[in-house]
Amino acid sequence: MIAETGHYALILALGVAIVQMVLPVIGTRFNDPRLAAVSVPAAQAQFILICIAFSALTAAYVTSDFSILNVWQNSHSAKPMLYKISAVWGNHEGSMVLWVLILALFGAAVATFGSNLPRQLQANVLAVQGSIAVAFLLFIVTTSNPFLRVDPAPFDGQGLNPVLQDPALAFHPPFLYAGYVGFSMAFSFAVAALIDGRIDAAWARWVRPWTLLAWMCLTLGIAMGSWWAYYELGWGGFWFWDPVENASFMPWLAGTALLHSALVMEKRDALKVWTILLAIITFSLSLMGTFLVRSGVLTSVHAFAVDPARGVFILGIMSVFIGGSFALFAWRAPLLSQGGLFAPISREGAWVLNNLLLTVACAAVFVGTLYPLALEAVTGEKISVGAPFFNLTFVPLIVPLLIAVPFGPLLAWKRGDLLGAAQRLTVAALVSLAAIIGVLALHQSGPWLAPLGIGLGLWLIMGALTELATRSKLFEASWAESRRRLRNLPRAAYGTALAHAGLGVMVLGLVATTAWRSERIEALAPGGTVDIAGYQLTFEGVKEGQGPNYKELAGIFQVTRDGQPVTTLVPSKRAYSVEKSATTEAGIHNSWRGDLYLVLGDPLKDGAYSVRAYFNPMVRLIWLGALFMFFGGAVSLSDRRLRVGAPKRAKAKTPTAVAAGE
Amino acid sequence: MRFRRFVLAALLAVFALHASSAHAVQPDEVLDDPALEARARALSAGLRCLVCQNQSIDDSDAPLAKDLRVLVRERLKAGDSDAEIIAFVVSRYGEFVLLKPRFTPHTWLLWLATPLLFLLALGGIVYAYRRRSASSAAPRALTASEQAHLARLLDEETPQDGGKL
Repeated sequence: MIAETGHYALILALGVAIVQMVLPVIGTRFNDPRLAAVSVPAAQAQFILICIAFSALTAAYVTSDFSILNVWQNSHSAKPMLYKISAVWGNHEGSMVLWVLILALFGAAVATFGSNLPRQLQANVLAVQGSIAVAFLLFIVTTSNPFLRVDPAPFDGQGLNPVLQDPALAFHPPFLYAGYVGFSMAFSFAVAALIDGRIDAAWARWVRPWTLLAWMCLTLGIAMGSWWAYYELGWGGFWFWDPVENASFMPWLAGTALLHSALVMEKRDALKVWTILLAIITFSLSLMGTFLVRSGVLTSVHAFAVDPARGVFILGIMSVFIGGSFALFAWRAPLLSQGGLFAPISREGAWVLNNLLLTVACAAVFVGTLYPLALEAVTGEKISVGAPFFNLTFVPLIVPLLIAVPFGPLLAWKRGDLLGAAQRLTVAALVSLAAIIGVLALHQSGPWLAPLGIGLGLWLIMGALTELATRSKLFEASWAESRRRLRNLPRAAYGTALAHAGLGVMVLGLVATTAWRSERIEALAPGGTVDIAGYQLTFEGVKEGQGPNYKELAGIFQVTRDGQPVTTLVPSKRAYSVEKSATTEAGIHNSWRGDLYLVLGDPLKDGAYSVRAYFNPMVRLIWLGALFMFFGGAVSLSDRRLRVGAPKRAKAKTPTAVAAGE
Repeated sequence: MRFRRFVLAALLAVFALHASSAHAVQPDEVLDDPALEARARALSAGLRCLVCQNQSIDDSDAPLAKDLRVLVRERLKAGDSDAEIIAFVVSRYGEFVLLKPRFTPHTWLLWLATPLLFLLALGGIVYAYRRRSASSAAPRALTASEQAHLARLLDEETPQDGGKL
């Protein structure tokens, strides 16, 4: 009964979405405010209905209702509660329901809190959101229904892939989806602006918080995925340039560019057409990210959307939205006025460079990801594109961007002073230079680029601090004056500094762990020892254990450093009986120097085990940097100027701009 | 091990995967000569495991990957150069094994797309900037009637005090 309620609510939501898509457009086209206003209750109703559907599915998972095909396929009664819940979106059908739930949540937010938006813009935005919802709900209802029943009901479920039974991965998809779907807001606003044929700074002011929120979620989602790969996959890698990773990385790159160009548009009324295009590109990449993984086109392993109907439907959705929006752009973009002149050396100019490098870097990832598929489709030849390709194409684009980052915020709008900015960055440059020399002196081993990488990381961190110091006139004005200025700086300035410093922290982690990682592969019998990075590991033997839904074999290792006991590591191998597969649980000891990472391998002759030990210097800085970026976004988002009421305040200041939007 | 494909894997349905209990390079495979072993590791990192997706043989636990690792090490011990070993593996398994695709006609576009796009975008920006600064730097000259209108306005303004403007 609960499942049927959910099913019914899902179909009702489809009906409501159709109303939300059609009526507001007719209303704005024929100047009928009552029809246009239907968009608000429709968006709210759609959200409530999808909530009901999602809750029904969750209830089925929580109660292990195996009479539902989807639950039977993806859950098991012995699974811990957390993974019963995360299994809701750990499969194709459920993840699609989560997708539309987040979409409806964003739509309802615009409907509920967007009362100070220009009416016509709000109606058009909600109509575009409605059309996305129609496409996805139709896809779910016709090809991926999560509420199908099995008769007779099986006694127990088939379980969830054990590698997915992990806390980080439980929350990875919701954040990733919040990122993907969040960019749909920018998309809907862009399409609404194109339909209207006009756009202004108020538009950017509306789009920016949504884009920022989406970007934050995507940042966290990707970081969680990478963190999970690091500790779960058993060898300490964190990024593999795999198509599935690239699928989420491309919207992130484009979204980062969008964040910056929308800022230029808001403050300076420039780059309007480009910002619109970027909003469309970002969401198109998000759609691709969602579907690349599930259409089965990537690899045979991912081809779980075996049903060709799904593949065709997905292709249809993508062509309609991507093709349609690009066509609309080509048709309507010439109507949009250009504004805001600036010199090449200016903050706008810096952001043009940012956009140039980010979008071309995104294109490099795009080409590397899709070229093998295209080549195979056209000529039948199979090639592989792996990390070496991306190191040669992506990295040369990103490094200049990172070098340029500290300059951007220091340049003035319209016409900047590069020399002045460079002078302010002297301290930052000296610190990174000293670090490069210091690292060179300490580490003769490792790639010669590594010290430069460390210098780059410090340059970014110091650059971010320099911006704060400059804006507060630190060391120029009196201490009291600087403190007052620091207190009064807009939160967005802190957000920027935090995010840019986070980038530097991440670079430090990436460089250090890539360049100076050490590794030992040994066959160890109980009592045997292995030395790595100053630690001595003593293998004491193995013990067997029993978890809620797995059996495990754990190795016990005493870790000492200079004769002093440090910790006991217990890496293990788990065998999941229901799913008939196994996972590796690494033993990790974390210190400020880095991670000692230990993996228990297969039993060899004479009671020995193959043991792999790694030392990953400063590896945690990678995810710490991502957290910095996330919180940088959050701090910016809390800025008064970005909050929803802000456009109202601006009305008094820029009456022309807002009047044009109404 | 490197089930990197699972980074988005929570999106995926349950499907069979290799048991991750075994681990890539085994202790018995490691060569005694550290220099040769280092070359073997570097070579293996650039060769794809054929039965896995996007994993190098250095990370893969598949039996075929192990065979390839052993093969690479045998050739190294026999004194082959890195290029010879790669040519040998490609001749056996095709270009699919190379994680870094070769620069041949069918991959020209792959390798050149990014630099070309960069130049194109750069050119586009320069063009747009030139056009815009040209159109705004030289404002349109006033027409005769506008000139007359301006002259009239100026005539009106001069006798009065400046405060009116």
